Amino acid sequence: MDAREKEIEKLKDYKYGFSTDIENTRAPKGLNEEVIKFISNIKKEPRWMLDWRLKAFERLKQLKEPNWQKPKYPKIDYQDLYYYSAPKSMDDKPKSLDELDPKLLETYKKLGIPLQEQARLNGIAVDAVFDSVSVATTFKGELNKKGIIFCSMSEAIQKHPELVKKYLGSVIPLSDHYFATLNSAVFTDGSFVYIPEGVRCPMELSTYFRINATETGQFERTLIIADKGSYVSYLEGCTAPMRDENQLHAANVELIALDDAEIKYSTVQNWYPGDKNGKGGIYNFVTKRGLCKGKNSKISWTQVETGSAITWKYPSCILKGDNSVGEFYSIAITNNHQKADTGTKMIHLGKNTKSKIISKGISAGFADNTYRGLVDISKNADNARNFTQCDSLLMGNKCGAHTVPYIKNKNSSSNIEHEATTSKISDEQLFYCNQRGLNQEEAVSLIVNGFCKEVLQQLPMEFAVEAQKLVGISLEGSVG
Amino acid sequence: MLEIKDLKAKIDNKEILKGLNLEIKPGEVHAIMGPNGSGKSTLSNVLSGKKGYTVSGDVRYLNENLLNLEIEERAHKGIFLAFQYPLEIPGVNTNIFLKTSLNAIKKARGEKELDAIEFLKLVKKKASELKFDEKILSRQLNVGFSGGEKKKNEILQMSILNPKLSILDETDSGLDIDALKIVSEGVNALRSKESSFLIITHYQRLLEYIKPDFVHVLINGQIVKSGGSELALELESKGYESLS
Repeated sequence: MDAREKEIEKLKDYKYGFSTDIENTRAPKGLNEEVIKFISNIKKEPRWMLDWRLKAFERLKQLKEPNWQKPKYPKIDYQDLYYYSAPKSMDDKPKSLDELDPKLLETYKKLGIPLQEQARLNGIAVDAVFDSVSVATTFKGELNKKGIIFCSMSEAIQKHPELVKKYLGSVIPLSDHYFATLNSAVFTDGSFVYIPEGVRCPMELSTYFRINATETGQFERTLIIADKGSYVSYLEGCTAPMRDENQLHAANVELIALDDAEIKYSTVQNWYPGDKNGKGGIYNFVTKRGLCKGKNSKISWTQVETGSAITWKYPSCILKGDNSVGEFYSIAITNNHQKADTGTKMIHLGKNTKSKIISKGISAGFADNTYRGLVDISKNADNARNFTQCDSLLMGNKCGAHTVPYIKNKNSSSNIEHEATTSKISDEQLFYCNQRGLNQEEAVSLIVNGFCKEVLQQLPMEFAVEAQKLVGISLEGSVG
Repeated sequence: MLEIKDLKAKIDNKEILKGLNLEIKPGEVHAIMGPNGSGKSTLSNVLSGKKGYTVSGDVRYLNENLLNLEIEERAHKGIFLAFQYPLEIPGVNTNIFLKTSLNAIKKARGEKELDAIEFLKLVKKKASELKFDEKILSRQLNVGFSGGEKKKNEILQMSILNPKLSILDETDSGLDIDALKIVSEGVNALRSKESSFLIITHYQRLLEYIKPDFVHVLINGQIVKSGGSELALELESKGYESLS
């Protein structure tokens, strides 16, 4: 097999695994003050932003990389990474899609995310992040009419400094933990969303993250603010080329919901998972946290995690406002040598706060899947309620599933429920489906989709179908 | 349609079928009766291709070597097994399962798949013919179904998939008399010159409603006696003892 044939053969397994040959502008390799200044400078950031980054960097020097998680990985050499990489054509900001490098347009077309607005059927606004920069944001004009701000983080720092200053780091503090602090020092781009008071965002907002360059970490930063009585549904998707090296993706996502506001945040994560023998793949170490700041506010996380060599994240809710609601719906699928340690933290601070956790872990091949979650009811959180359900599905006998629920309860008026199940796809179920004409892969996909149904139902319609297919594809070759 | 010669099947080194011979022609209804442990369920499993058996002998189905085909390929070619214990699949809507199944078979045959509306029309018609409560179709497959509902659901699937050879594995077990009648009517409605049935049962009771063309007695992995429908009555009065 020559190299090209090999490439084609590989792409059958992970169809987003191609790479785009494009000239990059990079920061010098390594992590130091100069590199941070380089990033801040190339983004033409104001002084306060650079100071913030440097403060984070100072803090980082005192922090230790955590090591309590279940999936272990070889030591990352942080001096051997590029912290900024962007297509050269983005140096002089293209003013419109017509000026955008056709190679970039082609890349997104290949990924099924056409950036031309007229090509999009269902009115979904997209922010496309390629390595370290946002290359395009669609439907900005239409959203602007309603006062909605949807732009790249870099642009928000320039144009809406008062909002960024007020909220950036307000949910995930500078010194939170190693990866969050690293992100605060070197973050490159991501999306910024502001929904003004009383506005219901008329379309789905979405960000599509693509890692392309080699030896590059992606450190995106997303900030979503839903002002009083507003509503927004936001979705992120992620893919990367197939490479033998492990690549680090350490994002921070902060959500803030004021009085009576609601944020629905969905993720379909399909980073390159590595090959069948566990070589390569993305380390997906992400900090996601939402603050239900106002009364009656609601934040709902839905995640479908099918990619990455290691997924390590706990999208969480701080329920500060009285009567606020936090939800976490998760599907984590691990196959071959993939590993996941994921779950949520629900921190009940306000009165009458409610949280709901539905987690579905599916493990196949040699994979290892851990649900880790915290329900924390503080002293003043009267009448708090939590319902947690963790279901694990195992395929074969070489994989693992673990459930690690922590409950801290300091208020006797609370009501906490926890249910957990572990099951296997039985040979009898497969035989039944086969006898009805389904082949092995169709049968597995059907059974697993049934298992995940409660979570899939939470996804916006446009993405639910895609996610269902992804669930099937991720488990191909896991049985038989 | 189906020609079985000297069929032997072993599981965990234990021989269950010990040289079974049987021929089923298009349009015929054959009943297999036998005591517990005689190999009845093994026969239906082996014919539908279930894994785990060591099988030898010659089985021709529509002039093809059946034993070489995968389970789903046999289904695509018109073999249907009504399960003795239909499986529960949580989270999967019964309608979706039926549609996925029908379209998988249609696709394999190169026929046009049904869209949601065409399918619903078909399923409504079939359900009402079988006096099957439509509400059940929007429930999770077999989850929380009563024994009777599960069996009726099997017959509904059979009537939608319209198989050439239907194997009914103790479909009558656990059914009350009303359910038994409905299930039997369903089977009788499907009888035609082209479709054949292999009905596996413990008791003669079912055969009062579905009149077989042939009755075979299976004891210790072999067919020891064959005859017309009167053989079932004879067994009912004399028991299997007289034949073993």
